Amino acid sequence: MRVGILALQGAFAEHGAVLDRLGVSHFEIRQRRDLEAPFDALILPGGESTAMGKLLRDLDLFDPLRTSILQGLPVFGTCAGLILLARDVEGGVPCFGTMDICARRNAYGRQLGSFHTEEIFDGLGRIPMTFIRAPYICSVGPKTRILASVDGRIVAASQENMLVTAFHPELTDSLAVHQYFLNMAA
Amino acid sequence: MEKTRYELNKELAQMLKGGVIMDVTTPEQAKIAEDAGACAVMALERIPADIRAAGGVSRMSDPKMIRGIQEAVSIPVMAKCRIGHFVEAQILEAIDIDYIDESEVLSPADDVYHIDKTQFRVPFVCGARDLGEALRRIAEGASMIRTKGEPGTGDVVQAVRHMRVMNAEIRRVQNLREDELYEAAKQLQVPVDLVRYVHENGRLPVVNFAAGGVATPADAALMMQLGAEGVFVGSGIFKSGNPAKRAAAIVQAVTNYTDAKLIAEVSAGLGEAMVGINENEIALLMAERGK
Repeated sequence: MRVGILALQGAFAEHGAVLDRLGVSHFEIRQRRDLEAPFDALILPGGESTAMGKLLRDLDLFDPLRTSILQGLPVFGTCAGLILLARDVEGGVPCFGTMDICARRNAYGRQLGSFHTEEIFDGLGRIPMTFIRAPYICSVGPKTRILASVDGRIVAASQENMLVTAFHPELTDSLAVHQYFLNMAA
Repeated sequence: MEKTRYELNKELAQMLKGGVIMDVTTPEQAKIAEDAGACAVMALERIPADIRAAGGVSRMSDPKMIRGIQEAVSIPVMAKCRIGHFVEAQILEAIDIDYIDESEVLSPADDVYHIDKTQFRVPFVCGARDLGEALRRIAEGASMIRTKGEPGTGDVVQAVRHMRVMNAEIRRVQNLREDELYEAAKQLQVPVDLVRYVHENGRLPVVNFAAGGVATPADAALMMQLGAEGVFVGSGIFKSGNPAKRAAAIVQAVTNYTDAKLIAEVSAGLGEAMVGINENEIALLMAERGK
């Protein structure tokens, strides 16, 4: 298993550190050339979705990655990564738009609204969740499976080859969500 | 497991890594910055080059102007308060700012004490010229550090010097014996547990950006290759001939900072860079403020 981590901007190194702990090989995607060798799964990290969206296009990564996702490449988006995958972004322009969810950006407000909690994740039990200027999912389509909610708001979901979390599992000690994704990708 | 506010604040800085934070003075400029790929904007009334030209006392921006910028963009909005001016910081916290820059670019309000940043819920970034300054600011509660550089000059020499000095000192601390850390803490004038963190991890306990004098994609990539985790660009963008194009080029250069071919491409035809002033031509060294 070889995992590509989108490394245009944001907390990509943190995902790499989690994969190191799980003993999974990974590499950074910064430009078109990085896609030449085959890979089995993709992680879209936290950061700023507008910055990543712009760079995806400027660096000619948008079309090949979107095509791969549509063809079934397993993909895991955290926070900004969730926004990149969402079909609808309230008050914004969708990026890949491959997942049948609507995302609300900065849904908990600005940095003073950032928080940490523990909540049930379907099949994983109670896990730590760190939300940094986080989005949440305001609605899902019929094919989307809701995996976790906090205070009635959807914060994790999956659909076919796609997994998204509004929180940052890479900022906690728990490896559970990454393991969940790797099982999905296997 | 309860995370502290401080941890959440350090983690926001982690989300900004690999990105460019741009100085903006209007909602229109903020939008240009966001569209060009900025990971955050710094809202201020005058960019450092104009502060330098205007002289006089330079203060926190009008909250109304900051609110206008907050409404214009979805990316984090930062704003500056004067060194030691904890009431300006309280005001910025009250208007829900994402990050406060306790900044030497503004006129210092206190020539002895920095703000006790542990008393705030909102995060702070502070400038530093060396490891001692960085760790003192962290001890006071800063959750992100940037080099001071020399703002408003378009001259990268001081940012380079500060980044090199800081990283050389980090390497030195890393190589000390355990029993030498107490003396290192004494020399650096910082708490020993922060020295121990640097000794064990070979890095600051918070994210470290470059700032002050970055004007071109090459400058930004230079700072990244020297170990910066991201870049602040102040006057360099909106004092140049084509701000949108230059901003986007700097963003690309930061993402692919080791790819000279790509940096050559994005550097082509950017129009006029900011004019710039040499370090030795200026009367006021902002980096001397707040040690």
